[in-house]
Amino acid sequence: MRLVARRIVLYALTALVAITVNFFIPRLMPGNPVEVAIGHMQARVTPGTIRALDLQYGINTKLGLVGQYVNYLDQLIHGNLGISFSSYPATVVSVIRSALPWTVGLVGIATIISFALGTLLGIAAAWRRGSWLDNLLPAMTFFQAAPYFFVAILIVALFATKLGWFPQNSGYDTTTLNPGLNWAFMSSVLDHAVLPALTIVVGSIAGWIIGMRNMMLTTMDEDYVLIAQAKGLASRRVISYAARNAILPSVSGFSLAIGFVVSGSLLTEIVFSYPGIGYILLQAIGNEDYPLLQGIFLIITFAVLGANLLADFVYSFLDPRTRQEA
Amino acid sequence: MIRAGEPLLEVSGLCVDYGSGDDAVHAVIGADLALRRGEVFGLAGESGSGKSTLAYAIARLLRMPGAITGGEVVFRHEGGAVNLVNAGPAQLRELRWNQLAVVLQSAMHALNPVLTIEFQLTDVLKAHRPDLDRAARRACAGELLKMVGIAPDRLASFPHELSGGMRQRVMIAMALALQPQLLIMDEPTTALDVVTQREILNELMDLRTEFGFAVLFITHDLSLLIEIADTIAVMYAGRIVESAPAGDLYLAPRHPYSYGLLHSFPGLRGPVRRMTGIAGSPPDLRKPPTGCVFHPRCGYASERCVREEPSLATPAAEPAGTAHRVVACWLHEPGAATPAELAGLAPALESTS
Amino acid sequence: MLQFPKSGKIRVGLLMALVFTLLAIIGPWLAPFDPNKSLTTTNGLPQPPSGAHLLGTTQVQQDVLSQLLVGGRSTILVSLIAGAVATALAVVLGITAGYYGGWLDDLLSMLANIFLVMPALPLLIVIFGFINKTANPPDALIGLVISITGWAFGARVLRAQTLSMRTRDYVTSARIIGERGWRIMMFEILPNLVPIVATSFLFTVIYGVGAYTALSFLGVISVAHWSWGTMLYWAQSAQAAQQVHIEWWWFLPPGLAVGLFGTALALLNFGIDEFINPRLRTAGLTRRRARAAGQPRRGAA
Repeated sequence: MRLVARRIVLYALTALVAITVNFFIPRLMPGNPVEVAIGHMQARVTPGTIRALDLQYGINTKLGLVGQYVNYLDQLIHGNLGISFSSYPATVVSVIRSALPWTVGLVGIATIISFALGTLLGIAAAWRRGSWLDNLLPAMTFFQAAPYFFVAILIVALFATKLGWFPQNSGYDTTTLNPGLNWAFMSSVLDHAVLPALTIVVGSIAGWIIGMRNMMLTTMDEDYVLIAQAKGLASRRVISYAARNAILPSVSGFSLAIGFVVSGSLLTEIVFSYPGIGYILLQAIGNEDYPLLQGIFLIITFAVLGANLLADFVYSFLDPRTRQEA
Repeated sequence: MIRAGEPLLEVSGLCVDYGSGDDAVHAVIGADLALRRGEVFGLAGESGSGKSTLAYAIARLLRMPGAITGGEVVFRHEGGAVNLVNAGPAQLRELRWNQLAVVLQSAMHALNPVLTIEFQLTDVLKAHRPDLDRAARRACAGELLKMVGIAPDRLASFPHELSGGMRQRVMIAMALALQPQLLIMDEPTTALDVVTQREILNELMDLRTEFGFAVLFITHDLSLLIEIADTIAVMYAGRIVESAPAGDLYLAPRHPYSYGLLHSFPGLRGPVRRMTGIAGSPPDLRKPPTGCVFHPRCGYASERCVREEPSLATPAAEPAGTAHRVVACWLHEPGAATPAELAGLAPALESTS
Repeated sequence: MLQFPKSGKIRVGLLMALVFTLLAIIGPWLAPFDPNKSLTTTNGLPQPPSGAHLLGTTQVQQDVLSQLLVGGRSTILVSLIAGAVATALAVVLGITAGYYGGWLDDLLSMLANIFLVMPALPLLIVIFGFINKTANPPDALIGLVISITGWAFGARVLRAQTLSMRTRDYVTSARIIGERGWRIMMFEILPNLVPIVATSFLFTVIYGVGAYTALSFLGVISVAHWSWGTMLYWAQSAQAAQQVHIEWWWFLPPGLAVGLFGTALALLNFGIDEFINPRLRTAGLTRRRARAAGQPRRGAA
């Protein structure tokens, strides 16, 4: 469990760095964020609001830098991420909360599909060297290199606009339906999720395939695979012996990949106007809604750290060598 | 009913290449050898002599780009005789581990690091003895460990939790799980310290006496083979250059290479003598010498040796009735002038140990 | 040892990389129009490719081809700068951490891990988001900031390699002779790591293109600054706002350009991979050759 303990320390530190970045950036940049805010909120601003904003961004305040920092931490612990400029007077937390389930659902499911499918294809590509699967690789590389949202636009143009198989935007049919636990709503949600999910899978799967394939090729040269064949075990069993070892780097590499997948998903959501975090992120940028921007940054960071922790648990479960003290 | 002493494995003219076409490297050329039931057959040679390749080829475990390009390997097992070179996947799968098992050099890499010992001992039982249930398999695995001197509670351990010697013992236990007729061992003790080496070899020989399996033992350590093997074949540059009962080879080697090898390690007793070694270095297998492949390093090379390659044959001067031995050297054909060191039954070394 | 690569993949990659380098250098001069200029009268619809506009126009009648050529320089330049700086950081920090070990290693490793785990795009958005919208930061600065998020991966790889090389004989003998640390790192260790540094560089440039394009697409980086990502920004916002249908000649060229640039670099990476690890090389080749030589499939299959 030492591995997991060290990782937890790392994640705690990273969270702290993220929080600190959030604290310092507005104070380092030229310009006055409060004036920007006022510009957006226009008539709804009261002197009280201005003072609150000043406090939030450390302008005209009596507290020193350290005092403001402590204040900020205190706010965070109480779950207060500030008030959104553009959705005033809605809090940042409430804005994010409305969008988060959409993103978690989409990204979660798409990532699982991508990982599972990619790993299986990688195993197949390695086991059948020199077969047609090898020709897939350059095409996969292209999709990996192309930015997610480009793939997204392509898919929209092809499947939604031209072929009309799936809807072009939104999370569900906003014109006719209301959220509820009924089949009409659920099926609409699924219908609208297919293309965004497809985009994420296509954009991320190449990495899993290539990684697994390369690792399998190396593992298949190991003596224990030779022994497994010498034992007269069925092919499927021999492959699983190799795969059990070959998958380890993929799992540990998951923590790297998740960052990319999340970023790509945000952009995909924008193309599809999918009501997730990506969508509100775009709004935040366009509206110069700094509290919302910072809040999203923190939430995304925490989510990624959480996913990493999960991957670490899975890894220590799969590799018995990590379970004892090094 | 299998009786000891009957032929078990007959290899004739086996050829193995790495790569194909003009770039092919001939790793094994025309290998002939014969094993009997219960026999310990040693295969000796330098690194790169092809001994491991030969062993893997026999077991049909060659990796790409290696490929068998000729010859046959007739395996007379309990169920009948089969030419392993032609055998199909289904046939091979039936034979594997049941009749023919393999022990490799480095047990650290031969045991799957993410699976328990129990799992790796019982997977063959699951595959080949479907009538056993889980408890019976576990009991069997425990027995196997006891057989090699390891406590059965180690079943739940992972390979990295065992020492090198224990891992090698596990490999041997694993190999004997289905009581095969033939055990192919590739440098099984080279990676261990000499004390552990000695222990394991003793245990192995005891097991052999008990179960009666044959062993094809591959190593570069000729002195080891002299102690444990019944028959020894010496390989050089992919060819078997001499094959003889172990004692005869030790006392009276026929091939200049074997002679050189035997003179490369000192005896424990006897007068101090100068070590000679063998001049030169092994040939590049992509461009082997013409004629006899050993001639550039041979002190007795003649003009014929440069021209023609000798084949394995019984030495002409061998008295009738002696145990079967063969050598590939022009010095031993009828009418050739054999040097005294390579001809006599008299000890070739000053004194025996 | 450095023979001309036989693999088709690498050749294609080299060729593509060359084309893009050329594009970066002379692109803006080739552009027939000013990308900002809206020409003639507009009917609010993008015009399809024609003789005058080889790649058609945007919905405000800006020439797409010009935008592509002008934007190309910025995109390629930023990603190259990001790649170069990040790789330099990775080399210095990674090799130092691996060579000295101890507390320095612990510190640098923790630093690298933090940057690895932190999601890059959100961080970059937060950093760039606070820059005033009308400010037009130079390409070099953009590349520099992006490199902050891109050095950690290469550093980790180089550190691992350095750790294993530290125990090699030639390093030990250099230390015994009394050679100074930085000299050993630069002259004994680094030359052996050149293939890995090259791979790391290419990988980071790919990352840089993605990051820059994403940031431009989001409108975080000033949209007056032409790049391939910016073209996609205008296309997307036109679709969202005016419900104008994005025509293929508008979004395909920049997206394809990014994709092909990334593919070129990835193919080069494949080549270096196969060079480092010969196992990946012969896979596929030998089976075909064996079949061609008429040998049945033997061996451990």
